[in-house]
Amino acid sequence: MIASVHSLPDVITFVVASALMMVGAVSVIVAKNPVHSALSLIMTFFGVAIAFVEMDAQFLAAVEIIVYAGAIVVLFLFVIMFLGVDRDDVVGEPLVGQRSLAVLGVGVTVAGVITMMAHAGWVTGVSALSNRGHSLGGGYSNVNDLGTAIFTTYIYAFEATAALLIIAVVGAVVLARSDRPRENDEEIA
Amino acid sequence: MTIPASWFLIVAAVLFGIGAFGLLTRRSALIMFMCVELMLNAVNLTFVTFARSLQDIGGQAAVFFILVVAAAEVTVGLGIVVAVFRRRHSVSVDELSELKG
Repeated sequence: MIASVHSLPDVITFVVASALMMVGAVSVIVAKNPVHSALSLIMTFFGVAIAFVEMDAQFLAAVEIIVYAGAIVVLFLFVIMFLGVDRDDVVGEPLVGQRSLAVLGVGVTVAGVITMMAHAGWVTGVSALSNRGHSLGGGYSNVNDLGTAIFTTYIYAFEATAALLIIAVVGAVVLARSDRPRENDEEIA
Repeated sequence: MTIPASWFLIVAAVLFGIGAFGLLTRRSALIMFMCVELMLNAVNLTFVTFARSLQDIGGQAAVFFILVVAAAEVTVGLGIVVAVFRRRHSVSVDELSELKG
């Protein structure tokens, strides 16, 4: 029924991507072992990357895999193994009713967002807003479009990210640095 | 005919909800960071969906910047986790109550 309206490969791609995202996301929050959570996170990222390819965002799909699945999850795994926190955190509910309240709040939020999308015409009434910025797929590749937009319209934001990354690296080094080498230096001096 | 944008928006909303639920219920700071990543990815998916339906590359540019900010956030956040673990030998956020009045 659905496949008669939409092309079957697109539907299959969507279902596979969504299944990867949902299964991965649920097992991130269910898994007892943080390493399993991190590996499930990779699964979710692959699902998101498939969805990006489906929506003609090929560059972002590649970056999603390289940066998220490649760098960020490896950073998580490094910290997990560095700290040796492969055991379970607190079992049960220290705060009474926290889980049911969380289900309630999240359910209301998600249902509200979906209802809003269904009734506000965001999805159907978008054509009036289109083509204000750089258009998508104007005869060039996705990388070409995205590169042109980032290096012209968003050039100041792009330069600011350079500063942000430097600050983040310096901050991480300062935060994670051990105090022991300094004591050794004083002893030597 | 391609997949309608609303399908991806609903998936993104559910993904955001799963991430928010994990952030609210899990105690380990590491898992909470992973849930933040889940929520960021849901937002990324929404941005790309609207970039397609509006035919505007700006949505994809926003995802690019979110990626950079997420990388910076994880770097500093995990640095804080390592620093906290050195002092407390635990990454459970329940035990970080030193500022409680």
